[in-house]
Amino acid sequence: MPLLDAKNVTKRFGGLTAVDDLTFSIEEGAIVSIIGPNGAGKTTFFNCITGFYQIDEGDIIFDGRSAKGRAPDQIAHMGISRTYQNIRLFSAMSALENILVGMEPRLHSSWLGAVFRLPGTVHEEENALAEARELLNFVGLGGKGDILARNLPYGDQRRLEIARALASKPKLLLLDEPTAGMNPRETAETTHFIKMLRDELGITILLIEHDMRVVMGISEDITVLDYGQKIAKGDPAQIQSNPRVIEAYLGRGAAASATIQVSS
Amino acid sequence: MMAQLDVRNTIRMGLLAGVVAVSLSMIGMVEAFDQRDVITDVFSLGQLLLFTAPAIVGYMVVQRGKVKAYGPALFGGLIAGVFAALPIFALLILTLIFPNIRAQLVNVSPTLIGILAFGNGQVVGGLLMTAVMGILGLLGAAIYVIPDRIGNPLILGLGWTLLVGVLSEVLLNILRPLLPRAVLRFLFGTKGITFATAVILLILITTGIVWWQEKGREQAKARREAMSSGQQKTRRQVSLGMGLILLFVLPLILGTYLTEVVDNVGLYILMGLGLNIVVGFAGLLDLGYVAFFAIGAYTVGVLTSQGGLGVGHLSFWVALPIAVATSTMAGMLLGVPVLRMRGDYLAIVTLGFGEIIRVLATSDLLKPVIGGAQGVLQIPKPEIFGFTVIQPQHFYYVILAGVFLAIFLSSRLRDARLGRQWMALREDEDVAEAMGIHLVKTKLLAFGIGAAFSGLAGAIFAARLSSIFPHSFNLLISINVLSLIIVGGMGSLPGVVVGALVLVGLPELLREFAEYRLLLYGALLIAMMVTKPEGLWPSPVRRRELRAAEEETAPQIEQVG
Repeated sequence: MPLLDAKNVTKRFGGLTAVDDLTFSIEEGAIVSIIGPNGAGKTTFFNCITGFYQIDEGDIIFDGRSAKGRAPDQIAHMGISRTYQNIRLFSAMSALENILVGMEPRLHSSWLGAVFRLPGTVHEEENALAEARELLNFVGLGGKGDILARNLPYGDQRRLEIARALASKPKLLLLDEPTAGMNPRETAETTHFIKMLRDELGITILLIEHDMRVVMGISEDITVLDYGQKIAKGDPAQIQSNPRVIEAYLGRGAAASATIQVSS
Repeated sequence: MMAQLDVRNTIRMGLLAGVVAVSLSMIGMVEAFDQRDVITDVFSLGQLLLFTAPAIVGYMVVQRGKVKAYGPALFGGLIAGVFAALPIFALLILTLIFPNIRAQLVNVSPTLIGILAFGNGQVVGGLLMTAVMGILGLLGAAIYVIPDRIGNPLILGLGWTLLVGVLSEVLLNILRPLLPRAVLRFLFGTKGITFATAVILLILITTGIVWWQEKGREQAKARREAMSSGQQKTRRQVSLGMGLILLFVLPLILGTYLTEVVDNVGLYILMGLGLNIVVGFAGLLDLGYVAFFAIGAYTVGVLTSQGGLGVGHLSFWVALPIAVATSTMAGMLLGVPVLRMRGDYLAIVTLGFGEIIRVLATSDLLKPVIGGAQGVLQIPKPEIFGFTVIQPQHFYYVILAGVFLAIFLSSRLRDARLGRQWMALREDEDVAEAMGIHLVKTKLLAFGIGAAFSGLAGAIFAARLSSIFPHSFNLLISINVLSLIIVGGMGSLPGVVVGALVLVGLPELLREFAEYRLLLYGALLIAMMVTKPEGLWPSPVRRRELRAAEEETAPQIEQVG
């Protein structure tokens, strides 16, 4: 049974159908990419999965339960977490506090416990702090935990956002263009890091990406969207030679003879 | 690169300062403030207001141009000061040409002309004013040019000396029982500090700060470093203990009138701490905050009143928790409809709620219950173990306890999970929700706890005044509380205290301020937004990683030592 199973998902905004009858699934432990031209509905699909948008038709089954109609915070509790295309950290909070907020779905203490410093609450906070520091070290931000998120350099902010998403110990991690704005070296590092997340932590990963080197390098399965519809699905080799994909990216004329060039 | 003095800009800024000075004169502020001397018979508060402009503009002109050479800098200051005097000179000439100008400019009274012309004729006085302002501009520039290690202490010294002068009446009241009369007569004149005191203070403070910069800071640091962590802890506890003792004996030192002022400040601190949770922590801009103050006050009023409206005739201490609970409920109830609103929309709707409560309190509909415009009368004073809380000094302790409780709760919640949830909400509501934060619960807790503090303040307010009227609960209170949070520093607990002292305490001490209070609020808010938008005492970043790391390494260090 797949971890995430989206069946005939449709999302409309007025007359525009942003996601059109999309059927899509991810097996547990896979790294899967969604690609497509700008405005193809990739981020909209992310927003449907995370409950930020309510889908108009179809159903999304996650981990055996329907995620349809649930609020974003409930979806987070089910085990899905995400990062954003344009980094959205809590900018006036420190890096460490950002991670602690990411841990929310796993924390249970009440505010009364905090007022009276009940042992359970104190214990939970101590554990959370220790774990957050481990996560900081894990993503290479050790020693930068007390810096306000907005004061971190760009690359660190990207990594912090991933760390915040990891803090809830998700089953499925959605990465929206994790290498946007990075130089080739940083991109290679991030690609390696994403692979490590799956290999070492066993997290299933779904990513939206424009950088073909990243997509072709780490995805086991690629889905191509255009105008909200799935136009192709397959492994990197199949996608690179698919004429419909080339047409969507480069136009009809180019599709006749070319294949997508993957520069190294 | 040698910085150049921009003469056109200098003249422009000088004239601007002059226009400010003339405006302050023509709205009557200078004349009103002239009643109070800063330095007896030398310098009044009105003159301080008038003369700050050229001195500041002299400083700013050379600072803008980064002019560091003596010649051009002093010249620039002089020019700016002289041009600052021109609009005043013009006003004086105008009064000479049109002796009946007062028919149009109501505040241009003979007294004001006397102040502006130093008691001379308009022409002589105007020339005198030009000379004085020119010199002040020059002095302002000089402070920038002389080395910072003397210039900065001098500015601080001047500032503190003038502040002591402005608050001399208060200080005299405090010191009167403590010092012999001869000493007092030397220190204080009839309306302000004496010239000698001012000189001594200026020298003491300035040299003190210079000494601290040159040597004292190093020494203190060395002494601190020489102490073991245990000793440091003891030292901190001792200073904390002394602070607490000072807080406890404060009403004995201050006397009845000043304690009353402090009580007022305390109630505003209590409300400020509540609104700080809603606005500062959770980022929910609430402009109808006075509603919960009113609900707290009316609950205590109706439940305890001995008059016709009294229901239950409960004691204050029974009514108090009921009032707090009622406000909390009201806070959460009013929170429900605005759950989906953000920013401006939230502000407008909460503004409406505040007004609804005030209008309801005035209305005929609820007149049989809460008295309409006649209010609730004969609210008894609280009693505790047979002792009645009557004097402002007694209420001080009730308010102090409330403030301590509110600070305690605020700081515990801020540092806990709920505080993080609030701040995440403030930073980005969508992302906070995507991280698993339950928005409804988090928002309602902020509204509820914030309203509880306000209800507590309202309850004490009702008992303190013995009678409450709807007009006490107007929009201005919400605005005041919000302003003090902004001035103190959003989300900062010490900031609330500082903001309340500056915005509520100072105007009460200087009665002349009362009429111009809102003008000063506006000016202060603009100045703050331009120069220090984070507030007077912004909340520091919590160093949790550092502290956790220190705790791990600390035992090792002790083993080495």
